[in-house]
Amino acid sequence: MDSNLVQKVIEIIAKTQHLDAARITLDSSFEELGIDSLDGVNILFAMENEFDIVIPDEAAKEIRNVRHTVEGVAKLLDAKASGAGG
Amino acid sequence: MPRVVVTGLGTVSALGPDTASFWRALVAGESGIGPLDGELAGKTSVAVGAQARGYDPFQHFDVKHLDLLDRFSQFALLAAREAARDAGLRFDGERGERTAVVMGTGVAGKTTEDEAFRQLYGHDQKRFSPFIIPRTMANAATSQITMDLGITGPSFTVSTACSSANHAIGLALGMVRSGLVEAALAGGSEAPFSLGLMRGWEGVRVLAPDTCRPFSRDRKGLVLGEGGAVVVLEAEERARARGARIYGEVAGFGMSSDAGHITQPSESGAVRAMEAALRDAGMSLEEVGYINAHGTGTLANDITETQAIHRVFGPHAARLAVSSTKSLHGHALGAAGALELVATLLALREGLLPPTANFLGPGEGCDLDYVPLQAREARVGAALSNSFAFGGLNAVLCVRRWE
Repeated sequence: MDSNLVQKVIEIIAKTQHLDAARITLDSSFEELGIDSLDGVNILFAMENEFDIVIPDEAAKEIRNVRHTVEGVAKLLDAKASGAGG
Repeated sequence: MPRVVVTGLGTVSALGPDTASFWRALVAGESGIGPLDGELAGKTSVAVGAQARGYDPFQHFDVKHLDLLDRFSQFALLAAREAARDAGLRFDGERGERTAVVMGTGVAGKTTEDEAFRQLYGHDQKRFSPFIIPRTMANAATSQITMDLGITGPSFTVSTACSSANHAIGLALGMVRSGLVEAALAGGSEAPFSLGLMRGWEGVRVLAPDTCRPFSRDRKGLVLGEGGAVVVLEAEERARARGARIYGEVAGFGMSSDAGHITQPSESGAVRAMEAALRDAGMSLEEVGYINAHGTGTLANDITETQAIHRVFGPHAARLAVSSTKSLHGHALGAAGALELVATLLALREGLLPPTANFLGPGEGCDLDYVPLQAREARVGAALSNSFAFGGLNAVLCVRRWE
């Protein structure tokens, strides 16, 4: 897992949630960070802006922790890269 | 039918962050109207406004909460918190279920919407924050109050432009009278200072370039204001039983529709609303000593309202004191009626009538006693507070002094 990406995702979550980034790890769930469903959607909005990706609604429903978020973003970034290459 | 009294007041406006500062400025005749602040200055021909200048949201809300609060919700929350505190009420359990929240707003979260749409149309923004919808929705302020105070009874928002708050308070009055609830937090809030709305108002050509001079010669129009106000309405019996401080009685409520023009005021519509409020209160004309006028400072409103007062009160009109506190707190649209009810309740309680500021002498067709420039000591038994909205939807509250 790309540690730069992990760090970036954590920073974005910290910023949108007004949380200290040190509190957030790859294994944090949204629930333990006090992130409700609307906050979760706001995090996806921030990810889309930051990485210029589109997170489909279906995929969005699955994302309930930091690891899911990083994996989801990584997948979309890969798809974007290969799309751009092809 | 139980009598309904006011046991708590909350206010945020250009005159200050609470009811004490609001009242102090009102009776001192110190207007909150001034040049528009930095962001809006010079962008349109709108030169002045009654903005809550010293207001700092971060003093009152944490950053995460603010993500979800348009300015109109912030004002509503602060006013509701003050009113509940002032009334000494908490809303745990059944008390929360037996309390209503009814708030008015004209434009709700349009300031948030305006900025979002600027990004969309101006910068082709591809996506919006999920907070735009819950911030902008008209019921946002009401919902935030219920969440903040734990009020679980019947709650909703009404929107009738400049009459919104009076309609909200009048409906809440009916809910307490009927026994549907024991108490209600009712009022209005408004935050109309966005570029888009300023451009819109500029187009209507009713804004004064200098200041608001209701009923005065050389008056040039209205001046927009912002803020929020909430009153706690309570069934008299319960208020007495718990030893609450009583500011006054909301004795009657009257409504009418002009069914005329979308912006031009109507004398007969205003007359019918005032008469309905007096009838509802079972009040004689002679009991009324003060009217907190709609008094926008436009050419049309002030003449029409003066004529309507003559028609309702006949010879007694000459003995009425009539002032427009919009000259001090500006025209806060959906919050106006709530700010003005607070002014009216305190005027009766304190025996001190707030003045019509910026008055240069009577305008043509304006021949009542407008309490010019200086507050006046007067023992008044009852008063009306008028709101006549764009769209011809009129709402008048009738208040009785509490002995």
